[in-house]
Amino acid sequence: MAELIKVGMADYKVGRAPSIIISYGLGSCIGVSLYDPVSKVGGLLHIMLPDSTQSRSSENPAKFADTGVPLLLKDVLALGANRSKLVAKMAGGAQMFAFAKATDIMRVGARNAEAVKALLKDMKIPVIAEDTGENYGRTVQINLENGVYTVKTMVKGEKEI
Amino acid sequence: MSDDILELSPVQMDALREIGNVGAGNSATALSQIINHRIDMNVPKVSIVPLGEVPDMVGGPEAVVVGVFLRVYGSAPGNILFLLPADSAFLLVDMLMGKKRGDTQNLDFMDESALMEIGNILAGAYLNALFNLTKLSLLPSIPALAVDMAGAILNVVLIQLGQMGDHALVIETQFDADEGDIKGHFFLVPDPGSLDTILAAVGMGS
Repeated sequence: MAELIKVGMADYKVGRAPSIIISYGLGSCIGVSLYDPVSKVGGLLHIMLPDSTQSRSSENPAKFADTGVPLLLKDVLALGANRSKLVAKMAGGAQMFAFAKATDIMRVGARNAEAVKALLKDMKIPVIAEDTGENYGRTVQINLENGVYTVKTMVKGEKEI
Repeated sequence: MSDDILELSPVQMDALREIGNVGAGNSATALSQIINHRIDMNVPKVSIVPLGEVPDMVGGPEAVVVGVFLRVYGSAPGNILFLLPADSAFLLVDMLMGKKRGDTQNLDFMDESALMEIGNILAGAYLNALFNLTKLSLLPSIPALAVDMAGAILNVVLIQLGQMGDHALVIETQFDADEGDIKGHFFLVPDPGSLDTILAAVGMGS
């Protein structure tokens, strides 16, 4: 039986095949996975906000894209992933409530997605699949056996990216 | 210091609970008059919870809920979120729209509009009561509605808090109507800076 590893909001977990890492009910948050298909080592990070420098100090680096992604990278490498084989997938970043006048906070989903993509680009880790934006919640999971990233939604069913 | 709310005294927590009590009581009365049913309300819970655990208060992050969200403007800004499990929302719509019990199985535009209006009335009643107690003038935005997973909907109110700290101060009241078949959670989540303003207004400032 594959072990199911749960990741809460502003948290991350790493593991190896045959584990499955899952995070439930993402709205504007983003679930970023890093995966090395050769060693079958990977991890999933559930970030809430794009930029830690825009916030007051926090004890939790996994809350932000800019501090969370490097942390995830460090831990998957420590578990035996090969830096040059790593690929990323990401989902989330919705805008749950539509307001006529979208403030920065309302747009945080889009800003999260942009921040994660910019970071991964700097790190030269390719984003090979993405399902971001829109206005609905997502439960996301990555299967470390084959790297399949599954997005479950209430309104659009389930899909693999 | 990232989490000032961790340093609230028991007396200050009591004051917040009383504010929640008066606000929610006023809201419950308003709702009861609209649907012409008795409403039971629990004593509000004032909790300081790690952000990641807030969805567990409403049945877990994947529970399907209807959320009506209003932003609170004024001298103590914050967010109001009225959350109902989907089944409860459907029964409430049956009552509001004069349909047969069990008729509503999903929400059309009119149903959503009716639920948003309920959110509007509840928030208005709550903030009015708050005004009587604190003299803080607070105005709700127009409501917005979403039907989705609880975790995803709660994201919206938690994000703002996430910029300031790792915990949320949540004033939560649970409503029961129709012999417990309709349940609702009413959340008032003050913005981090607003807490001091509210406490000072009731003579409990630090």
